[in-house]
Amino acid sequence: MSVVAFAKNWNGKFKNSSYELVSYTKELANQMQTNLVIVSIGKITEEELNKLSQYGADRIISVNDARMNVLTSRVYAEVIAQIAKKESAELVVMTDNNSGKAIAPRVAVKLKAGMVAAVQELPVSIKPFVVKKQMFSGKTFGYVQINSAIRVLTLAKNCFGLVENPVECNIDISHPEVNTGLFKIQIISEEEQKNKVILTDADCVVSAGRGMRSPDNWRPVEELAEVLGAATACSRPVSDEGWRSHEEHVGQTGKVIAPNLYIAAGISGAIQHVAGISRSKCIVAINTDPEAPIFSVADYGIIGDVMDVLPRLTEAFRKSKS
Amino acid sequence: MKILVCISNVPDTTTKVKFKEDNTLLDDSGIQWIINPWDELALTRALELKEDAGNSVNEVCVINVGGSLTEATLRKALAIGADKAIRIDACPSDAYHVAGQIAEYLKENVYDLIFSGIESSDYNGSSVGAMLAEFMNYSGISSVTNVNLDDDIVVSRAIPGGKQMIKTETPFVAIVQKGIAKEPRIPSMRGIMMARKKPLEVIPAAELPVLTQTVKFELPQAKGTCKMIDPEHVEQLVELLKNEAKVL
Repeated sequence: MSVVAFAKNWNGKFKNSSYELVSYTKELANQMQTNLVIVSIGKITEEELNKLSQYGADRIISVNDARMNVLTSRVYAEVIAQIAKKESAELVVMTDNNSGKAIAPRVAVKLKAGMVAAVQELPVSIKPFVVKKQMFSGKTFGYVQINSAIRVLTLAKNCFGLVENPVECNIDISHPEVNTGLFKIQIISEEEQKNKVILTDADCVVSAGRGMRSPDNWRPVEELAEVLGAATACSRPVSDEGWRSHEEHVGQTGKVIAPNLYIAAGISGAIQHVAGISRSKCIVAINTDPEAPIFSVADYGIIGDVMDVLPRLTEAFRKSKS
Repeated sequence: MKILVCISNVPDTTTKVKFKEDNTLLDDSGIQWIINPWDELALTRALELKEDAGNSVNEVCVINVGGSLTEATLRKALAIGADKAIRIDACPSDAYHVAGQIAEYLKENVYDLIFSGIESSDYNGSSVGAMLAEFMNYSGISSVTNVNLDDDIVVSRAIPGGKQMIKTETPFVAIVQKGIAKEPRIPSMRGIMMARKKPLEVIPAAELPVLTQTVKFELPQAKGTCKMIDPEHVEQLVELLKNEAKVL
């Protein structure tokens, strides 16, 4: 029996979400009194793999296959399911990011496993296996019982945190057989904005809404984000109006994020918006309307005009940094 | 070419959710049911592809796994412009069950392109599309923001901080997110009239296991009070974020 966790790397490097996954699954394996097996796929150095041992990874299976440097969900699901079977996994876990969303459901079907997406904490019970997750985009929690012998979970980011637990680590190199037909995916072009803080990864997010009054007024938002090293985001009306790209829309139908600090400027806080940000550790709201619903979910509030408050805040953060 | 759009029937996104029977069941009194927002955008894109003279799309069908309650939502999809609707008569217990039911239908009825929304706004399982692709052994493309069927089939997808274009072949499952269509269509009076005559087929459920169940719901605790900062002294906020909230 074992817990198998897939730790994704990005061009051979892990991120905090990978360490969080290892921290979580180590604790879970202890709770279930079983072993943890970490799976890494694609080209990666031993040194990078060893970083996982800081968080309790004592056994890593590295599928160091150059063909798998580009993530193809079918191939990754095949590899993970094969390893899960070989290791008699009773639980398979991965991070709830774009790739986890694409791979985990496929693994669940291959293993005939019940699956729960975006769990936030350790199971409330192991027998029966019950986990807690957000539902209705954060308006409520649900407790889900998984009745199958094998289970698949994805772990929501930035909920469990990192737990240091240094151990000795064994690394096995594995070369699973994969049907070569599954590799056929033809990427014709790729554009990536370099040096941009990725919204779903960001520790800090500066978000703005209709209170900005015009798409030409975004400079103060961007300046504050620059000082904080934050990603920029926006509310739904702003992206619907085309003031900002859809990529920036946070809320129930946009991105659901959980940064450490979320600053909402000129956002009233409709229920659908709050659904996308409620897992943030700390929320700051700036709004002219003291009755705006955003203040009922915020930790700190400033009543005032964003065009006036944002530059002051930028200045204050800049001063405190120097 | 035939397009199948998977439709989830969900409470309107402004709904304040409530529960009954000791928080074990959703209290559906007063809930207005809608087409899951991403599925509605997918349907819009499917109809655009059909209307585009250069494309050879000859059928857009919507499919839902649900009880008779969902027929109003399917009629709305027909009123928006879908050619036919299928309801698989089963309780949509979880993503595995729903994807499995749709896969059973697909094994008997061939579609070239299957649209599925990135998640449903109620249980947020975000798994039906990828599970369906796996059940059918199809390729599945996630985070899809556009599908073009001109000479080649070209799919745009969002990647962190950018976008990617992929050339693909049918059949495949497109798991779509916001951006796939500009905005959902509103049914016209003529569309509503025509929808009454369009086929809505009800088919029996396949025998499939139910692997998960939601045993209890819990509303989140109300947050503590919001500490107000004087806009003239925003440096106090910086202090609090550093020393009280410890998020800087």
